[in-house]
Amino acid sequence: MSLLSVRDLCVKFAMRDNTVTALNQISFDLAKGERLGIVGESGAGKSITGFALMNLLSRPGFVDSGNILFQGDDIAQMSDAQMRRIRGNRMAMIFQDPMVTLNPVLTIGQQMVETLMAHRKLSKSEAEQIAIVKLREVYIPSPAERLKQYPHELSGGMRQRIIIAIALLLDPQLIIADEPTTALDVTIQADIMELLLELCETNKVGLILITHDLGVVSQMTERTLVMYAGRIIEAGRTREIINDPQHPYTQGLINALPQQTAPGQRLKQIPGNMPSLTAIPSGCPFAPRCEYVQDHCRTDAPETVKYTHVEVACHEVNRLHSDKAEEMTR
Amino acid sequence: MTAPQPLLDIRNLEKRFELDRGFLETLKLRGGKLVQEKREVHAVNDISLQVAPGEALCVVGESGCGKSTVARLIAGLLTPSAGEIHYGGDRIDNRSRRAMMPLRKKMQMIFQNPYASLNPRMTIQQALEEPVRYHNPTLSQGEVRDKVADVMRAVGVDPSWAGRYPHEFSGGQRQRIAIARALTVDPEFIIADEPISALDVSIQAQVLNLMLEAKEERGLTYLFITHDLSVVQHFGTKVAVLYLGSVCELSDTATLFENPKHPYTQALLSAVPQLKDDHPNHIRLRGEIPTPINLPPGCPFESRCAHANSRCQSEQPRPLLQPDGALVACHAVEEGRLDG
Repeated sequence: MSLLSVRDLCVKFAMRDNTVTALNQISFDLAKGERLGIVGESGAGKSITGFALMNLLSRPGFVDSGNILFQGDDIAQMSDAQMRRIRGNRMAMIFQDPMVTLNPVLTIGQQMVETLMAHRKLSKSEAEQIAIVKLREVYIPSPAERLKQYPHELSGGMRQRIIIAIALLLDPQLIIADEPTTALDVTIQADIMELLLELCETNKVGLILITHDLGVVSQMTERTLVMYAGRIIEAGRTREIINDPQHPYTQGLINALPQQTAPGQRLKQIPGNMPSLTAIPSGCPFAPRCEYVQDHCRTDAPETVKYTHVEVACHEVNRLHSDKAEEMTR
Repeated sequence: MTAPQPLLDIRNLEKRFELDRGFLETLKLRGGKLVQEKREVHAVNDISLQVAPGEALCVVGESGCGKSTVARLIAGLLTPSAGEIHYGGDRIDNRSRRAMMPLRKKMQMIFQNPYASLNPRMTIQQALEEPVRYHNPTLSQGEVRDKVADVMRAVGVDPSWAGRYPHEFSGGQRQRIAIARALTVDPEFIIADEPISALDVSIQAQVLNLMLEAKEERGLTYLFITHDLSVVQHFGTKVAVLYLGSVCELSDTATLFENPKHPYTQALLSAVPQLKDDHPNHIRLRGEIPTPINLPPGCPFESRCAHANSRCQSEQPRPLLQPDGALVACHAVEEGRLDG
C-alpha cells in the first residue's frame, strides 16, 4: 500500500461571486520512503497542493472534491482535532522562510519540547533529551546550548536545520518541504539538501519537495510532478523527465535554463505568462503559449495519457514525438 | 598588453556602516567599566575593479558579501568611506547631487523587485515619461510620447497599455517596464542588481534575452549583480567573486568556469545543483559567512577554508595575477598548496 494516495483532488477558492479552481483533478501516489518533487512556476498550485495535503487550507480555500488517503485515512474528511494528532506527528511540513516558521519569542528548546509534549506523554527533561538527539542528527554543534537560544540568535542555515530537526521530532512518515532552501545561499542550500536526503534515506521517510528549481528536483527526488495552472501536466521518473521531457511546457521550462544555451546566445524563452486562475483558458491551459498548438487544444482539455515512460496531459504528444524522431533521422 | 580605457574604474573602494550612531549607543559595559566603543559593519573592503566599454561584469557572491553595496556606491546612492570611483576618466564619488545629474543620464540602475521600484500611483506612461522629460527638457510633448512608445515596443510591452498602473501587470512585465524606464534616457552603462531573481524560470529567460538584446543593439555596458551562477556563465564577460566584502577572484567568465582557483570559488561552483548529474560532488564548507562587524585579521575566508594555515589567519592575501589572466587573492594558490 502506498503511503499517500491522492485521487482527483479539486481545491477551489470562493470569491465574491464565483469560485476559482486552484487545483484541478490532481492524482498521484507516494510509496513509503519515496522522494517526490513538485515543480512549476508561481501560481501553478504547488504550495496549495502542500497545504491541502496537510489539511491547512483556510477560507476562502476549500477541498471541493477528491480524496487524500494517508496510510488509509482520508485527510480531506478529517476534523481539526483528528488532524492535530496527525500533523507534526505522522506528517510534518517545512516552509520556505525559517524566520517566519519559528516563534521569535520562544527559545528553540521551548518550541521543541512543546511539540513533543503535545503528542507524547513525556516529562520535560525527557523531551529535552530527545530534542538534543534530534539537533545532533542535523549536525548542530553544541545542541544543549542551542535549546536556550532564540531564533534571532542563529543564522539562516542553522534555523533551517532546526526546522528540519523539529519536523523529524516525532519520526513522521512523510515530510512536505515547500521551497525549503529558496531563501538560503547556494553553499548553505547544498548542505541542507544533502542533510535532508540523508535523513530521508536513513529513516525511510517519504518526502514531497515543492520547488521551482529543476536542478534541486533533479538531485533530490526519484519521481517528479510538473504542475501548470492547477493541473499536473507531466509525471514520471525524475531522470526521465529531465532527460527526455514530453510535455511542451516541461520542454520549454528546461530549455529556458541558461545552461541549456551557449553563453551569450539568445535563451529559448516561453512566450507569454501563466494564466491567472480566474481566467484559465478552456481546453489545454498551456495552449496560448504552446508552439505546437492545434485547434482542438483550444477547446478540449487533454486527458492524461501514458506515453513511453511518463504520464503526460497533451493532445499533441504523439505528433511531437514523431516530429522529433524525424528531425533526428534527417 | 594595452587594455582599452575602462569606462568604470574602481580603486581601493571601501564602505563601512556605523552601527552605533548616538553617543549613548557607543557606551558599552566591559568588565564592569563603561567604555566608549563604536562598532562598524565592514561591507566593502579595498575593492578594485575595471569595466571596459561593452563588457558585462558580473559580481557574484552570497548574501551579505557586499554586492549590492558596490552597486549602490557606483550609482552614487551611497558615499564611499575610502577609495575612488572614476567613470569615463572623471572621478565621480565625491560629486554633489547636482554634479551627479548629467551622469544619471549615462548610468541607470535596475533593481531586484519590480513591485517596489515602480511607483504604484503612477501610470506606466507617467513613470516612463518622467526621466525622458527630466533629462531632455527641450523635447516636445509628442517627441516624449514617441520615445516612450519606442522603448515600450523594444521591451515587448504593448504601448497601448501605457495608461495602466503597475499592479495591472505581471512580475515579468513589470521588470521589463523597469528596464524600459532605464532605457528611455539612452544610457551607456546599466547597473542591474539581481534583476531576475524575483522572476519565474520562463520569465527569467524573457528578461535576460531583453537585456542581451539591449546590450547588442545599444552597445550597453553592464554591471550585473547576481547570486545565480548559471546566469553569470551565460551573461557575463567577466566575473568578480566577492566574499565578505573582498574580491577573492576576478577573471574572464570562461576561465573562471573552466578553472576556478580560489577555494571559495571552487566551493561555490560545486554547490550549484546540476540538472543532469545524479550524485553531485559538492565541496562542503565549514560553518557560514562570519559577520562583517569584526573582520578577521587574515583572509576573510580562512574560517571556512579547508586549505587554511597560520599565514591565512594573520595575513590578508593580495590579489595576484595568474598565468591565465585571473586575479586571485589566496595564499594557498600563491604558494601552490592547492595543486596535486
